[in-house]
This record gives sequence, structure tokens and C-alpha cells, in this order.
Amino acid sequence: MAAISFQSVSKRYESARGTLQALDGVSFDIEQGEFFGLLGPNGAGKTTLISILAGLAKATGGRVLVDGHDVQADYAIARRRLGIVPQELVFDPFFNVRETLRIQSGYFGVKNNDAWIDELLENLGLADKATSGMRQLSGGMKRRVLVAQALVHRPPIIVLDEPTAGVDVELRQTLWQFIARLNREGHTVLLTTHYLEEAEALCNRIAMLKKGKLVALNRTSELLSMASGNVLRFKIDGELPPELAAQARITGRIVQLPAPGALQIEQYLSAVRLAGLQVEDVEIRKADLEDVFLQVMAAEQGAGGNRWQVPV
Amino acid sequence: MSFDITGWQTLFYKEVLRFWKVGFQTVGAPILTAVLYLLIFGHALGNHVTVYGSVPYTAFLVPGLVMMSVLQNAFANSSSSIIQSKVMGSLVFVLLTPLSPLAMFLAYVGSSLVRGIAVGIGVFLVTFLFFARVSFAAPGWIIVFGLLAAALMGTLGLIAGLWSEKFDQMALFQNFLVMPMTFLAGVFYSIHSLPPFWQAVSHFNPFFYMIDGFRHGFFGQSDVSPWLSLAIVGGAWIATSAIALRLLTTGYKIRH
Repeated sequence: MAAISFQSVSKRYESARGTLQALDGVSFDIEQGEFFGLLGPNGAGKTTLISILAGLAKATGGRVLVDGHDVQADYAIARRRLGIVPQELVFDPFFNVRETLRIQSGYFGVKNNDAWIDELLENLGLADKATSGMRQLSGGMKRRVLVAQALVHRPPIIVLDEPTAGVDVELRQTLWQFIARLNREGHTVLLTTHYLEEAEALCNRIAMLKKGKLVALNRTSELLSMASGNVLRFKIDGELPPELAAQARITGRIVQLPAPGALQIEQYLSAVRLAGLQVEDVEIRKADLEDVFLQVMAAEQGAGGNRWQVPV
Repeated sequence: MSFDITGWQTLFYKEVLRFWKVGFQTVGAPILTAVLYLLIFGHALGNHVTVYGSVPYTAFLVPGLVMMSVLQNAFANSSSSIIQSKVMGSLVFVLLTPLSPLAMFLAYVGSSLVRGIAVGIGVFLVTFLFFARVSFAAPGWIIVFGLLAAALMGTLGLIAGLWSEKFDQMALFQNFLVMPMTFLAGVFYSIHSLPPFWQAVSHFNPFFYMIDGFRHGFFGQSDVSPWLSLAIVGGAWIATSAIALRLLTTGYKIRH
């Protein structure tokens, strides 16, 4: 049985300004034990989908099952199986870290949970903060507490909604080591992130959303192999000629261009030379998930489905 | 509706801890306010007015002030807890759990009841020990109306907290509904001292019955029968509870 099953999930927001179709018939399954990535630009519907899964929002169409239990009709069973790390950095200012975790545990009816709470604190680098008030913690520390809160009732399925947004390198390392260990021990993980290298490194399968629709669903390795070829990467000082800039991914001095073949690479470099620019640190690398992501998002959906999606 | 109430004790405990940690503000301050009312009104009117024939004004005032404190604080507890956690986003920690609507209802109303009663007992002890002796003609009514009023106001606070989206909407409730209705419910006077028109108007104020029934427990006398007050206050609590449970079940303004 699928750990999570999204079945034709739709969500429409009606307001005075009009109707917003946040999700439009999204269907896919996440199998037991998967490390699954849900990607998409801002406003694609990722958080809405997770909110529906979590019971924070209600679908206007379709349904979501967690281990076969409907998240609306059997909400108590479904929520016990889910550990959700919300995207917003929220906290209850009245309590310290240990109180926060004990309370969260109690909501699930789990009492005398201090051994597991200690283990969570240890693994998330919070052991010396157990008696600190939530208000005193830095943003990164608050984020760790959010993760601990989500795991305090030992849920088999862990959902992380952009857990590393605005988080320092150290926490990202600690967090991913811990989550990867839980995944190896059998937990199912659903992750949304804007850091595509994280998704590429961690997720065995990936879904992409665009404007509320599922536009890609495949194994990470398959998606990478479908991306068109290589990427030319170099640094320049100065402005790239407009005909190149249109196709390029530019990050400060770094320019990356899709390079299907050697001829293309020669053309790029000569165009840059003609513009009177000095090229440094030239390298050719394999297309990564970010390239795939940009290609998927740029593609118009044809009538006959699209090549990024495995037929179901 | 689900009758599973697993976890309600934790939410109840958390809600009690929440106000207790800022007890100066949530328990101490309202006691001081009530004592100030007693001092000022007692001093200004104490020697000139008696009520029900023989009850001195300061003694008459004590149950009214106790009940006023119970009402305002029970309301403040659930309403401010919900609106704060909604605005700050920490309500999500409750919403993500299997806590049923009934469990949430019990916890929010129960903790409001504890705060209302704690403040009420505080006001009573200070006023009774230092300022005015009152009798206990029918202590059963004191307990019944104390608990019922706190529960009713905790439930109303829950509804107000769910309905409000911002702090100023909450303040609207507090300042334009709860405050005037308590003040006009006979905290400071027996409605028999009012002109007939305003007496009749007072009978439409549900808060009046809470204070009147409560006062009956002390003096054995009241403006209306305590049984009538019990029926009205009890009926109001059942009705508001049904509304609150309905709002929690549908996720009104908390699950979108």
C-alpha cells in the first residue's frame, strides 16, 4: 500500500477578486520507504498540497490517503502517521524546548516520552538548549525544534516543507544526516525544497508541480538522464551578449549554458570573444537537476502528455 | 462527531500553564482592579446605600465584583489564547495533531474555567478578608453559578477567538460586548433600583442572570428566582457549546 496517495486533488480558492485554482487534479503515490522530492516554483501549489495532506486545508476535489486512511474521514489515524515540519518558523513563546516537545508528544497521547525526546535533542544538536526558552533561540535553532516537534510521536512518514530555507550549512548537514538515517531505518520522507542539489542528492523520486498541475514524475536518475546533454560553465567580467543571455543561467559572474554538442560550445565561446570579454574557469559538466527543472518549467504542455512523466 | 478525547489533558495543561506563567498579568492584575472598584465605590456609596433592605452596599458589591472578574477572565483566556496562536501561527501545532474537536473544546473551555475561578477566588478572598463580610446563605448556588458562568464565558471566548482574524476584532468583542454587558448586568446595583424600562431591558441581558443567581447564593435574595437564572444560563451554555463544537468540527477560519 502506498504511504501517501494523492488522488485527483484539486483546490480552488474563491475570493472577492476571483477564483484561484491552486491545485488541479494532482494524482501520484509515494511508496513506503521512499525519499520523495516535491519541486516547483513559488506558487506552484506545493505547500497547498502538503496542507491538504496535513489536514490544515480541505481539498475541493479528490482525496488524500495516508497508509490507506483518508486524511479527512480518518484524520486521527492519518495524523498519527504523519510528522510534518511546517514551512513557517513558528513557535510558542511561553515554553522552553523540552516543555514544547513534551506538550507536542502529549497531544498525540504519547506519555513518558523523555528517552525519545532526549534522543531527538541529541541528534538535532539541541541537547544544551533543552531548558532555553523558545524566544531566546536563533532562527536555525527554532527550525531544529520544529523538526523535533514533528518527530516526537515517532511518525512513520516525515514531511518537510522547505526545511532548509534560510538555514546555515551546519544545520543542513546535521538535518540531512539525521533524516537520511531515519529514511534508511524505514521512514518515508516527503521533501519540498528550493535547493535542487539537496533534492538531487537525497530523493530517489521526484514530482514537479507547475501552476497546480503535475508536470513531471519520475526517478531522479531518469529525470537527469532525460535532460538534454551537457552544460558549459564559465566566469566572465562584463555583460553577456543578449542572444546568449536569453538562454543562460547567470549567477553573478558565473554563466551556464545548455551545450548539446561541441559545435554549440565553440559558437558560445566565439560570441563571447567577439564581445571582447575574457572567459575564466571554463568547464563542461553533466546537466543537473536544476537544468532539468528549468527545462520542465519552460516546456509547454502538449496535447499528448509530456515526456517527463512516467505513464501510470 | 468523534468522542475520542485523547490528548485533551495535555492541551488543557498547556493552556493553564500559559496563563500561569504570566500570572501577574492574568490573575494578579484583575484582582487588583476588582479591589480598586470595591474601595472606590464602597467608599463613595458605602454609608449611604443598603440593598435588599439590610445588606450593606460593600457586602452587596463583593459577589458582583467576583462574578465580573470570573466572566471577564474566563472570556479573556480562551479568546486571547486562540487569537494569539492564530496570529503567531503556533496554532498549527494543535491543528497537526489527532486532537478531536471535543478534545479541543474541553481543553480551551476547561482552562478558561480554571482561570476565571482562580481570579474569582482571589478577588473573593481579598475583599472578604480585608473589606467586607458577606454571608453564605446558599453555597450550592455560589458553586453552580461560578462554574457555569466561567464555562459559558470560556465558550464564548473560544467562539470569539475563532471568529476574529486580528487583535482589533478581538478588542471589539471585549470592549463593546463583554465589558458593557457585565457592567450593565447589575455588578454595582440591584436592578430593582432602576426605572422600569431599564429593569425590563436588563432582563434581556444574559449576564444579568449569572450575577443575580450567584448573588442569591450569598444573600438568599435576588432579583429573579435562581432557578430561572439557572435555566437561562444553562441554556445559553448549551447553545454556545453547540456553536463552538460546530465551528471546531468544520475548522471555521482555522482549516482553510
